[in-house]
Amino acid sequence: MAKLKNTSVGRRGFLKGAAAGAAVSAATLVTPQLTEAQQQGAGRGGRGGGQGGAPQPDGSAIAREDGTARPAPVSRIVENPGSDYMCDVIKALGIEYVSFNPGSSFEGLHESLINYTKNNPEIITCTHEENAVAMAHGYAKACGKPMLALLHGTIGVQHAAMAIYNAYGDRVPIVMIAGVGDTAVPAHTAVDLGAMVRDFVKWDHQPDTLTGVGQALIRAYKLAMTPPMAPVLVTVQAELQMGAMPANRPQVPKFTMPSAPSADLASVRQIAKDLVNATNPRIAAGRVRTQEGMDQLVQLADLLQCPVAGGGDRMTFPNRHPMAGNGAGGAADVILSLEAGGGGGGGRGGAAGGKTIVISTAELLATHNYNINGNGVNGDVYIAADPEATLPALIEEVQKLMTPDKKRLFEDRGKKHAEANRAARATAAEAASVGWNASPVSLARIAAELWPLIKNEDWSYVSPQNFAGNWANRLWDMKKIYHYLGGQGAGGMGYGAPASVGAALANRKNGRISINIQTDGDMNYSPGILWTAAHHRIPLLSIMHNNRGYHQEVMFIARAASIRNRGQENSHIGTRLIDPNIDYAMMAKAYGMYSEGPITDPKDLAPAFKRGIERVKKGEPVMIDVVTQPRG
Amino acid sequence: MLSRSLAAKEIMKKLVFGILAPASALGLLAVSALAQQGDAGRGKKMFVDYSCYACHGFSGQNGPGRRLVPMKMANVAFTAYVRSPGTNQMPSYSAKVLTDAQLADIWAYIKTLPDSPEAKDIPLVQQLKAEAGK
Repeated sequence: MAKLKNTSVGRRGFLKGAAAGAAVSAATLVTPQLTEAQQQGAGRGGRGGGQGGAPQPDGSAIAREDGTARPAPVSRIVENPGSDYMCDVIKALGIEYVSFNPGSSFEGLHESLINYTKNNPEIITCTHEENAVAMAHGYAKACGKPMLALLHGTIGVQHAAMAIYNAYGDRVPIVMIAGVGDTAVPAHTAVDLGAMVRDFVKWDHQPDTLTGVGQALIRAYKLAMTPPMAPVLVTVQAELQMGAMPANRPQVPKFTMPSAPSADLASVRQIAKDLVNATNPRIAAGRVRTQEGMDQLVQLADLLQCPVAGGGDRMTFPNRHPMAGNGAGGAADVILSLEAGGGGGGGRGGAAGGKTIVISTAELLATHNYNINGNGVNGDVYIAADPEATLPALIEEVQKLMTPDKKRLFEDRGKKHAEANRAARATAAEAASVGWNASPVSLARIAAELWPLIKNEDWSYVSPQNFAGNWANRLWDMKKIYHYLGGQGAGGMGYGAPASVGAALANRKNGRISINIQTDGDMNYSPGILWTAAHHRIPLLSIMHNNRGYHQEVMFIARAASIRNRGQENSHIGTRLIDPNIDYAMMAKAYGMYSEGPITDPKDLAPAFKRGIERVKKGEPVMIDVVTQPRG
Repeated sequence: MLSRSLAAKEIMKKLVFGILAPASALGLLAVSALAQQGDAGRGKKMFVDYSCYACHGFSGQNGPGRRLVPMKMANVAFTAYVRSPGTNQMPSYSAKVLTDAQLADIWAYIKTLPDSPEAKDIPLVQQLKAEAGK
């Protein structure tokens, strides 16, 4: 009984100082469950003295872990908890959504979000912390601002680690709060909780006071949103959430976003001169942040009449713009590399021969341990600045240098580039005919059949394209920043499904149709995200790219076996998702989502897509399972 | 390999038991011709088991690998190519891994795979091409 009383009191720090009678009462209430747990433990021979080894968890810990724990009786009232103040700060940051899988280390904040802010920001219930963070990843890419993800002490952070790593690699802002100090299960707290993800967040902090929490959240947000963007983590003690606010309620700190770093004017003028005087300039566009940035890039390309090569990673430039592509060829004498290569975006870097001018934030973020984006482009001129913040001044300087002669010259070269790009696009479209009637269905056919159904809608392709043959990019008219949101960031599977749901959440308020070509391997990492989409009525058309395997690995294993001269008849072992085949339509139904399939005849695609889009337009998530060719 | 051996035995059995029994020399020629022609049924299984589909698609024409349909190479040229593709993308396959007869089977199967319609005969592709070429 004495042990039980100690356990009950020790379960929460906030119970310290409570009346002894209340503690005894609490112990009495939980006794039957704990006794049962103790008996089970004794029965396994793992408890009691003389066994040696690691210290045994107490009854409360076991109850927590086996799910029999009940909240201890409340012995005091705290009507102005610290977590209410945290919510004030969160609201001041303009956070619209908070995603999490519930955990007792942030139950104070959870309760405030429900009853103090009245579910505004809206709580998004996730079945896995990886989903909570990956949702925030997709959301930020779709709407350009972070949402908040809450993580349980140690285990929640560990579950989230892969998604954080992806977001870090993708230079995507996410604000995360991890709870710490829930002492019920020793394994769920840590002296330095942020340590395990410190190598792949931009900043983390564990404040000691409530005021410090407010300041940390403001700083975290600013750091996350200042290029180069990245996830940030604030660890908040359970006691600060559950305890009362100080008599003088802390003020929400002043919040002013810093402007992004831009190139100095002297450098901008020199770059403008180099570009205007070049015979065959090129732009390698790795990343822009906003629609305005994309429009500015168009303006620059129109002025210079030079080709712009995007990296295939997110939208940087309209794909049917006359200057989109590699142009008419010829050696480039000046290459303007904007956040390309190792700067967190795709895009080609410099080329031999020509002068390469780099504007990138890559050098503003020293990565530790993980050289996540490799080494940056080696430029002849390197400006550590945000390209988008620099473009207005660069455009202005180029305009100043334009003369009628230059303009005529540029228009002539522009016509050649435009014709080459137009021919390349037509060839790419024609290639969609290959395997047109094939079963399993070709990925080109999926993109081709979808396009007529969405082209007059407001739409957003929210999943990665790299495993789907980039057919949307080849066939669709992509001209808005949200028309394609890019890949995983660090190549971690388990991103596609939850990030698509997060992006669809951001697109929901705009009535935008979100499209997810969902690879089967990725889907199976954490399929509970389907329930989240259904529960929160997040409209999203998911089309399974169901090639029934971890297809990239099929190719690599087959190749390895061939190199070793061992034959390939065993290459399916450990790589294929067959025997039994997974029924994704049934899976989606189980989570409460409308679904169709599996579709194996390409003639069935268009009617199914049409039905799906109608439902999505009404606000539903939809899953259509298509059995596909392995790759595009 | 086992199925290949059994097939050969079956052919030999037919030869011995009268179908072509009197003309053993002619029979051997028939076996050789069959080997060259390949067995598409066996080839279909090997196309999957040996992961040909992985790079070339189940259709033989969708994927990062070279388009195999329509198969324009003769069996001999196909075998020579697989033995030594001369590219970093496709690994070579020795006779230890795939015999000439097995490659003939795969080749025969690829020959049965339907070709794609021409882009000009697909209205949707024409529409996409027209849009993209604007």
